[in-house]
Amino acid sequence: MDHLSTIFDRGLGWLDASGPDSDIVLSTRVRLARNLQGYAFGPQSRVNDRRAVLARVRRTAEKVDLLAEASVHPLSELDRGTRRILLERRLISQDLLGEKSDTELPLRAAAVVLSARDPVSVMVNEEDHLRLQVLVSGLALEGAWGMVDGLDEDLGRELPYAYDHELGYLTSCPTNVGTGLRASVLIHLPGLVLTKEIGRVLQGLSQVGLTFRGLYGEGSEVVGNFFQVSNQTTLGKTEEDLVDHLDRIVRQVIEYERRARRVLIRDAYQVTEDKIWRAYGLLRYARSLTFEEMMNLLSGVRLGAALKLLPGLRVYSLNKIMIFTQSAHLEDAAGRKLPPGERDAHRATYVRRILATEGVVIPDTEPPESSSGSGRDP
Amino acid sequence: MSEDPRVCSECGAAEAVVHLTQIVDDVASVLHLCEKCAASRGVNQPSPPAHSPLTDFLSQMTGPEEGAESGDEDRTCTFCDLTFAGFRENGRLGCPHCYTTFDFYLKNLLRRIHGGVQHVGKVYLPPDPTVSEREQRLEGLRRKLRYAISTEDFERAAQLRDQIRSLEPVTR
Ligand SMILES: [Zn+2]
Ligand SMILES: [Zn+2]
Repeated sequence: MDHLSTIFDRGLGWLDASGPDSDIVLSTRVRLARNLQGYAFGPQSRVNDRRAVLARVRRTAEKVDLLAEASVHPLSELDRGTRRILLERRLISQDLLGEKSDTELPLRAAAVVLSARDPVSVMVNEEDHLRLQVLVSGLALEGAWGMVDGLDEDLGRELPYAYDHELGYLTSCPTNVGTGLRASVLIHLPGLVLTKEIGRVLQGLSQVGLTFRGLYGEGSEVVGNFFQVSNQTTLGKTEEDLVDHLDRIVRQVIEYERRARRVLIRDAYQVTEDKIWRAYGLLRYARSLTFEEMMNLLSGVRLGAALKLLPGLRVYSLNKIMIFTQSAHLEDAAGRKLPPGERDAHRATYVRRILATEGVVIPDTEPPESSSGSGRDP
Repeated sequence: MSEDPRVCSECGAAEAVVHLTQIVDDVASVLHLCEKCAASRGVNQPSPPAHSPLTDFLSQMTGPEEGAESGDEDRTCTFCDLTFAGFRENGRLGCPHCYTTFDFYLKNLLRRIHGGVQHVGKVYLPPDPTVSEREQRLEGLRRKLRYAISTEDFERAAQLRDQIRSLEPVTR
């Protein structure tokens, strides 16, 4: 059984915050849904269909340049913890993972193709036969689209896709038909939430054909002022138009967010500064943190880092905390299953360790009157 | 997450009264929520419209059907055995032929979901293309080339020119 060691660093490229606007946009993802001709898909697919699809993907992957350093992992060959880690890294979906017992895994022939070199992956036998995806740092829609387009070209040259001249790429769900493209951006909007403008902005998104949702943590709550914004329709527009439209709107949202942050600094500096330092203090010293509490505090600290109120703190460290404090990641580090209470303690320990070792924040020097007035003087 | 639709999938304790279809990581799933959890899902801000392609889509599915003839509802896909009722139940199609079998219903549905019914994106070139598939592909590539030039993406334009050249027949 493959353990994490074979995939331990897969899907983490975006954490380095090297992409454009990565203080506000965490990651960009573009995925394409594809099915193969001659096999039933979705709920109608049979064991034989799924196994044949997986076999064809295996043979094809070797010939594709972008998958030159990729490995094919049937989920049935991964242990439970590793499967959940892939889910927490957004490399596989809940749907691919399934909810039922491990015995059904070989029958579903669900697999994920992971590259060791490029930020690309392919889910096999999810709702559609193939889900090609690219996950990169910051706001980088054009680049991500170009990469997934290239992967699609290479795979499509070998695999006969289900395609119709009128309807485009045929998918199991009618909401994906046409381009099969879903581009999404994970964006952090604390300024708009604090200035109470977020409702208006989100409403605007749905008026221009985009959709949003929260980033769901363990408890599926919307936490930390993180939002995923993505295109709503897939048919009747070119891929370039869909990607371009999302890009333009997200840039506008970023501009609104930056404006809201300037307002906070100008009109509510003390409150904002206090909020940020309190969040930092709690994260730095807490002994137990639920995922939700941590995400909310992380939001404040992230804002502080972006506003340079917490000098020395890198976005990379904060991204890392987000991923490695999820349950499966904590349990993998601990080497055992953790009951909820212990998990919260492990989470707090991890956060303390990162904040203590990476980019130490030096509290601002005290104002002269208070430092000379107290303490040393007899 | 709990699969039992009667129990809240968020707290796992209370009775579910709201059934919400949402897309998480591009996958549609149904959330069964109790009153409290449904309320707390409101992002703590005034008016986030709970928009997702699927909720819109499903609400449309329960609406009246236009253009359907009697007997249409009894149709079954001959390739994958999906029945119309089966499609209505989970909103998923089972094979390319389903799109033809259920087109009496899908045409309107797709127009409502997407606003259009004609694919204008990438033109697929299958492994062993026919002459017309080649032609259509060329058309698609030329369209992409025009776009790349208009956005001054010259690297991409060069790639596209190569692709076009490799497809164009030697004798014309
Ligand atoms: Zn509940
Ligand atoms: Zn069918």
